[in-house]
Amino acid sequence: MTASDHPQAIDRSRQLFLSRSTLLTSGMLIVGMVGVLVLNALPAASPLHVSSATVALLGKYFTYMLLALAVDLIWGYLGILSLGHGAFFALGGYAMGLYLNAQTSPLPGWQAVMSWFPVAALAIVLAPGLLALVFGWLAFRSRVTGVYFSIITQALTFALMLVFNRNEMGMGGSTGLTRFYELLGFRLASEGMTVALFIASGVAVLLAFWLCRAIVVSRLGRVSMATRDAEARVRFIGYRVDHVKLALFVVSAMIAGIAGALYVPQVGIINPSTFAPLFSIEIVVWVALGGRATLYGALLGALVVNYLKTVLTGAMPDAWLFILGGLFVLVTMALPQGIAGLLARRRGRQEASA
Amino acid sequence: MTRIPLAGAQHAVRLLLLFLLPCLLSAWGQSATADVSESRARALLEALDTDSFQARGDAARAIADSDAEQKTRWLQALLEGRLGKARRGDRFYIITDDSGREWPIIDAISYEEAGTGTRRTVEAFRINNELRTRLQGLLASLSLTSGDEAARLRAADRLLGEVAPDNVETVRQTLADEESPAVRERLEMALALFAVTRGDAEALDTLRGNLDTRVRNALTPIAAGDDALAGQTRAVLEGIESKRAWYDRAQTLFFGLSAGSILVLAAIGLAITFGVMGVINMAHGELIMIGAYTTWLIQQALPGQPGLALALAIPGGFLVAGAFGVVIERTVIRFLKGRPLETLLATFGLSLMLQQLVRTVFSPLNRRVSSPEWLQGSWQINEALSLTLNRFGVLLFCLAVFAALWALMRFTRLGLEVRAVTQNRAMARAMGIRATRVDMLTFGLGAGVAGLAGVALSQLTNVGPNLGQGYIVDSFLVVVFGGVGNLWGTLVAGMSLGVINQVLQPWVGAVLAKVFVLVGVILFIQKRPQGIFAPKGRTS
Repeated sequence: MTASDHPQAIDRSRQLFLSRSTLLTSGMLIVGMVGVLVLNALPAASPLHVSSATVALLGKYFTYMLLALAVDLIWGYLGILSLGHGAFFALGGYAMGLYLNAQTSPLPGWQAVMSWFPVAALAIVLAPGLLALVFGWLAFRSRVTGVYFSIITQALTFALMLVFNRNEMGMGGSTGLTRFYELLGFRLASEGMTVALFIASGVAVLLAFWLCRAIVVSRLGRVSMATRDAEARVRFIGYRVDHVKLALFVVSAMIAGIAGALYVPQVGIINPSTFAPLFSIEIVVWVALGGRATLYGALLGALVVNYLKTVLTGAMPDAWLFILGGLFVLVTMALPQGIAGLLARRRGRQEASA
Repeated sequence: MTRIPLAGAQHAVRLLLLFLLPCLLSAWGQSATADVSESRARALLEALDTDSFQARGDAARAIADSDAEQKTRWLQALLEGRLGKARRGDRFYIITDDSGREWPIIDAISYEEAGTGTRRTVEAFRINNELRTRLQGLLASLSLTSGDEAARLRAADRLLGEVAPDNVETVRQTLADEESPAVRERLEMALALFAVTRGDAEALDTLRGNLDTRVRNALTPIAAGDDALAGQTRAVLEGIESKRAWYDRAQTLFFGLSAGSILVLAAIGLAITFGVMGVINMAHGELIMIGAYTTWLIQQALPGQPGLALALAIPGGFLVAGAFGVVIERTVIRFLKGRPLETLLATFGLSLMLQQLVRTVFSPLNRRVSSPEWLQGSWQINEALSLTLNRFGVLLFCLAVFAALWALMRFTRLGLEVRAVTQNRAMARAMGIRATRVDMLTFGLGAGVAGLAGVALSQLTNVGPNLGQGYIVDSFLVVVFGGVGNLWGTLVAGMSLGVINQVLQPWVGAVLAKVFVLVGVILFIQKRPQGIFAPKGRTS
């Protein structure tokens, strides 16, 4: 269900694809990445020098941005609010964690296959993808929508958290997977690796952004937005709504899995708390604050909220939950369009006055 | 087996005579009646001073059979290793506290304070395992003949499986003198068990259906043989086992219903706010927590009166949580009408803020709420079945809350208005119902019921800022499983989830049981999105 072969349609999608916001976002991402790298390469004495710790932090933010993109794709453009996207993120992370652990000591049982990178890479995408496929197929086929869908996704991630907390799972129980030393033969605790992971995460964000953008402007995206706005009508016209939902849900889960896989080597641990419902719902607030159904809003929201979190949990740890909770309330009541909505309104006013 | 005690007895008598003589001689010339009893007592104690555990046991037996007033205390002290003899001289002491290096001691015969002793000056009589068992038996039969009914009952209970050839006569004698039926029954059991171990098949009848583990343990080796007695014993054992199995099932059912009642309590408020009003309130768990903290606060204000505090906490928890609910409804929820996903997010934010508020005000540590006495301990129905009183109380409380809520919805003006507003808001308003006021009251009611759940929970677990978090997913599942907008559905769903969880637990463990239940409910909702009790006909 991609853009049809009709030349005019291709032309139109290309126009939509290369819209102003796409160009601006891509440009800012690239400039930001290159800028950080250049500043990082400056001598440490220089006042403009960006330390490797900051680079690592930004790399982590990139994975969060990727995750936010995944949630925005289905919440913004399909109208299904997943409160369990942390589960897909964590599954990708666990796949990566197993691969990293296999580098130091051989894993027992079936996990041994994870020592081979191509298999691990497949698992990173397929594990969340398959879960999303099965879960989504069950849910969408029986038309579980709205808050019901949100609640059962939350139950899903809660159940997975309980399962991964068990030592019998062979996933390190409540400690999770840790003690990572090597990735693809290179030492993890080196500056070069920090920069490499930063670049990889940044490139992944860029690619995922283009992918989501492409999906959104394609016919699949059009149908999905129609589904979001009037599901019954789309169904009556003759579209298989459940297939549309399933396709987007699986793609979104896979992006989340990749985000998790990039996240794990940068923070050095993956444990069941990633499955906690609170984390999943935090992702939603990133997207909500940034602005739903804009994609760049999700990137912006993830960056802003996580930057705030880093600063505030350090400066006043007690206040963070007040602020996060306040953000939820504020965004839903005062800023339904998020920051992106504010920006759009301002631009609208400028254009009107011009 | 019979020879050894006899030999021991001879040995003891010899020793007794040996020691009796100098004692009698030394006691000569001291004042009259006290003299005789003191010298008797001394003789009894002297007999304990031997190297053979066997002889020491016989001496203890002699003490038990004597009429010395101090005998219970001596045997108790001997059992605890606190009866001793001066290393120099021939006085006997009871060590009243052997925790330190210097022991406070009293004279074993006169109970007079005797200063302190140490390991160097006082030699405590040592006992071994066999002697310990004998001493326990002796003490049990001592309290059998003396003391009130409760003490006799305990003693008789301890005798089960402890009847041996050397005390069977005493027990028979006691049974003949005993009047209390409960004590008699236990003594008969103990004697029957002894008789069965001696090969008496008749006595098996008395033991039929006895649930005591000691009976089972004693019978199992007998049933292992292949004679007629073994066959009969096997039959009795099977009877016991099947009876136990039934009681085990009853126990599981009780635990399941008790777990289920907690689920119902947590979910029933949600059944009103979510089920009836359609408001997704993710702060529901925190309202439960507020109820629990109210209980704790009231208890802090009334130290030493947990019963009164709990009684006050029931209206208190309801009102405080209800007030929070009304405030939430007025400030946030009413602006988000008809936007369920936004409501979900905003109330989730509120839940984070409430948690942090409690953490800041009361510290993040867990608080213990003590239960009043009538909710402590358990109700022992028989050997295999006992119901924990606090869980039983919560079960009853849950049913009471449910009944009250149901009556409120069914019979009161508010209930009528609530049902009218949920069925057709516009029409209800046209009939003159102030829908916004009904919204506020309904939400306050749901929040208040959450507070009641918190009061109940405080009796089962510690109270902490994360108390409510664990219940939110479960509560939503219960409401959806039971059928949205249906109070009966919530009750049935909560109870059945509790029981299913409890039945699964022995097979797969607590965590997997919970996971299975979660997955089961998710699949069930796929199949039947309306829940167990689907609303009949058209819904507006």
